[in-house]
Amino acid sequence: MKPREAARIAWEAILKNKVRSFLTMLGIIIGVAAVIIMVAISAGTEATIQDQITSLGSNLVFVQGAMTRGGPGQPPSGGLVFDDAAAIQDGVSGVTSVVVEQNSSETVKFGDVSFDDVSILGTTSGFPSVRDMDIADGRYFTDKEIERKQKMVVLGSSIAEELFGEDDPIGQVVTVGNTKMTVIGVMEEKGIVGNTDYDSYVFMPITVVFQKFTPSMFARIMGDSIRMIYVEVDPDANIDDIITQIELLLVKRHDLTLDTADFTVTTQQDIIDTQESTTSAFRSLLAWVAGVSLIVGGIGIMNIMLVSVTERTREIGIRQAVGATPDDIRLQFLTEALMLSIVGGLIGIVVGVGGAYIFGALSDMRTVVQFSSILLAFSSAAIVGAFFGYYPANQAAQLDPIDALRYE
Amino acid sequence: MSDKRKIIETVDITKVYGMGDISVAALNGVSITIEAGEFVAIMGQSGSGKSTLMHILGCLSTPTSGQYFLDGEDVSQLDKVQLAGVRNRKIGFIFQSYNLLARTSALRNVTLPLLYDHSNPRSLEEADIKAEKLLDMVGLTGRINHQPHELSGGQQQRVAVARALINDPVLVIGDEPTGNLDSRSGEEIMNLLHTLHAQGTTIVMVTHDAKIAAHTQRTISLLDGKVDTVTHNGHSQKKVQYETA
Repeated sequence: MKPREAARIAWEAILKNKVRSFLTMLGIIIGVAAVIIMVAISAGTEATIQDQITSLGSNLVFVQGAMTRGGPGQPPSGGLVFDDAAAIQDGVSGVTSVVVEQNSSETVKFGDVSFDDVSILGTTSGFPSVRDMDIADGRYFTDKEIERKQKMVVLGSSIAEELFGEDDPIGQVVTVGNTKMTVIGVMEEKGIVGNTDYDSYVFMPITVVFQKFTPSMFARIMGDSIRMIYVEVDPDANIDDIITQIELLLVKRHDLTLDTADFTVTTQQDIIDTQESTTSAFRSLLAWVAGVSLIVGGIGIMNIMLVSVTERTREIGIRQAVGATPDDIRLQFLTEALMLSIVGGLIGIVVGVGGAYIFGALSDMRTVVQFSSILLAFSSAAIVGAFFGYYPANQAAQLDPIDALRYE
Repeated sequence: MSDKRKIIETVDITKVYGMGDISVAALNGVSITIEAGEFVAIMGQSGSGKSTLMHILGCLSTPTSGQYFLDGEDVSQLDKVQLAGVRNRKIGFIFQSYNLLARTSALRNVTLPLLYDHSNPRSLEEADIKAEKLLDMVGLTGRINHQPHELSGGQQQRVAVARALINDPVLVIGDEPTGNLDSRSGEEIMNLLHTLHAQGTTIVMVTHDAKIAAHTQRTISLLDGKVDTVTHNGHSQKKVQYETA
């Protein structure tokens, strides 16, 4: 029997039992669709993370303070202080700019509208540039204004809208804690970066934060504490060398050793690596789950094919009587199983790709359909069909023609 | 008669089912010869071994011992695959219960054997033309696209006859071909077989009905796995001999 004939017979057999064929294929359809959707979700998550990391700005080294170190009997060390930033700027080669931030939270009021626990971010003037943020309206504060501790704020897009609605916030005076401050700008909408919703932040000169919102005894002795220093480096510079320089400089300033350092230095690459290891674990878990559903689908095919062989014993007998060899019969049923899984696979691709788009459109998760996942799912379906189709096909091939013809 | 081509020649064939003490001999030394152009009936009660003999003559199984020459070829020791090939090229079956493929057109049922002819692969068009001619001959012109459930029993059996002839067999085997039919349809099928016989086809028909057997030239009666009697029914034998000589 020619393969074309086998394909025609298999196709006719599938069409003769449309409902059953569809139910048989359902396992494969779900398996293939699951693989495609799962991979699309994890690829989408990965792409989102990549975008966020890229949107942090390029060539950044993050120096983050680790507060309250020190063992029993030792005074707590303060982590990073404001002067550390200037020291890095002056003492490390290959640094193009340094930006500092310190947070707090305060009640923000305008007229009758008041919000508690609004995140306050004190920064220096280079902040929008290193974090790749734009000003939608007005401007950011300058170094001179920072130095003069000017009471001015730039609002995140969502807090600006909540406070002022359609009105123009520029030039208006808001009350932050007990301090009246002038709005000089509104940031462009940024979305959530990492876990931070910058759109709900109020930005102000870091000196104002030191003075009004984080005063402490400690600050008067040691200098003003800060949360983070962003160090923007020359793209051509050796980043590992710069990290070493920063670490050595800071431990010396803090009078510590590298083992007891009260800060951590990370790069964007470190963040990317961490995220990638998390998402790749996530992705392989999803792939396993989807793979299991494909195998379940294959067992479904085997089950139905075994029933089908029994049910069609008479047909097999007739074919044998007119000269079908065991190979002919095996080929026929194997082709049928393969065709069920291939057609199921194709429907699964349509459902999977469609499902991924719908899922992406309806939920917060982004989905990116990967061509490789389509290929993988489809070829797995075909292999599953051939693997689980072989046993029933072989059962059919080994029937005795006389018994098969007698079968009622 | 002896200078004619022997289509079937069995030499002392036996068929034993089971092993050792519980074995049962369904055939116990059957030697028969059927020549080209003969129309022969094999008769016997149930349990006489006639079905077993038919299965062996039809190459659906092989004898436990003895030899079976079909058209001069010893087929008694062939394996499954070789037997399938012999059935495909040399034998046409007409079964009591028609044994057509359900939900398959008359035309596709008739062309079915050609699908498995590995030695002579034919195009679908070629197969269709031949099948249409045969369906014409059995009187089913215009019903070639009907499925079995759309045809009467007699019509279904005529499709089966056309299928039995598609591969130009050297031997047509009928297994109670009129057993499921009313007397009128049965008569039509017998007439059809007579026509085939007149055209030179060798036909062996298994039946338990003496009236049907009387249609043939010769009746071989089996009893307990052995040839009991051979009766010459007399008519049409001469005529056929002259026609095919």
